[in-house]
Amino acid sequence: MKVNELKFQGLECVQPVGAEITGGYTSDLLSDVMAHLKEGDALITIQAHKNTIAVASLTGASAVILCHGRTATPDVLEAAAKEKIAVFVSANSQYETTVKLARALRV
Amino acid sequence: MSPAPQPAEDMSLRVQELAGNLKIRDVMTRKVFAVTRTCTMRDVQIILMHNAISGVPVVDDKHVIGMVSVHDIMNAYEQGWMQDSVCDHMTTGVRTLAEEQPLSFAMSAFSKFPYRRFPVVNRNNELTGMVTLRNINMALIQELSRQLDAIETEGGLITPAATSENCIFYRIYRIARYDFESGGKASAELREQLQARGVAPKTIRRAAVACYELEINIIAHSYGGTLTLYIDRDRVRITANDFGPGIPDIDQAMTEGFSTASDWIRSQGFGAGMGLPNTKRLSDEFAIHSGVDMGTMVKSVVHLNPQENPADESK
Repeated sequence: MKVNELKFQGLECVQPVGAEITGGYTSDLLSDVMAHLKEGDALITIQAHKNTIAVASLTGASAVILCHGRTATPDVLEAAAKEKIAVFVSANSQYETTVKLARALRV
Repeated sequence: MSPAPQPAEDMSLRVQELAGNLKIRDVMTRKVFAVTRTCTMRDVQIILMHNAISGVPVVDDKHVIGMVSVHDIMNAYEQGWMQDSVCDHMTTGVRTLAEEQPLSFAMSAFSKFPYRRFPVVNRNNELTGMVTLRNINMALIQELSRQLDAIETEGGLITPAATSENCIFYRIYRIARYDFESGGKASAELREQLQARGVAPKTIRRAAVACYELEINIIAHSYGGTLTLYIDRDRVRITANDFGPGIPDIDQAMTEGFSTASDWIRSQGFGAGMGLPNTKRLSDEFAIHSGVDMGTMVKSVVHLNPQENPADESK
């Protein structure tokens, strides 16, 4: 599924990029993300800072979904644009977002 | 020629890093005073005195057959052997070093053997130079100041040709404590460099993640330090070097889940106690040295040749 086709309740796209989303990985520990996120996964996290984008970029994540009402600050959006990573925000928890992403991807 | 000594195991990583790209021929003295077997001990004494040196090799058709040191001369003086041929009183079974060997071999030779100078020979076993501890100290000081100059004037970028013929990229990054904003600079550049060279994506990810973990370690856990990237045709070498506080128990630090990170660092998603174990798992070669109140040095090497590297699949 293309990133720009991803739509579910509570999800808002703040930085669109047309990459392919193939799966997801949910974690707030960046080392854990680096060890386990697979290329093409969307990263579901509450870590709303620039290093999240750096980690997403290093691991080949297609998108970052910031949960629990965390907002994307301008420096985060700028870094994401530079690294061509889509950014979404959601008021839902990581759990709810994970379930909805899985349904959207029909995993 | 004597068997080559191996690099000393206890040599600090920082010193190994400095010596890393240097060969013995880069540091040796090329103007060598040597004597032939027809010389007397008196001749040697005069040569030593006039040139302010403390020993000379004895050569036969450019091949080293012995050494005469100040100690041998003092002994000859006491025994009344000054008019004898050097062949009668020289030290034989001399250990030589080869021009092509890495500088670390010379350093380990000095720590292993009681000699203060080693003759250096070429591939034909002919004398071409001498190495003393002074040569080594000068070379290390020069390399250190060259690196400091590069940090100040070129943002750490060191001319590859100056370090080694195989080097493609060599840069030193200065990293400040708690400067999370700058985290990822070195790994982003490493990734660009490797992508430009068509390295396999899985290998790039391993190298870039190892580099990022080491960057974050310096930022989150040290008082600051440097990270050095060295790329040649076959491998990437990442060296993280910080100024303390050091790790009291390395085994513990290498255990997944163990962390000394503060709550604030953890709240940023770091300090999960996975950085060092991750780096080790991703590396083809890994070494860590640490001294409490002195600092920590971590070296990670990732091989770039995918044929030699089935490990990529599992990593």
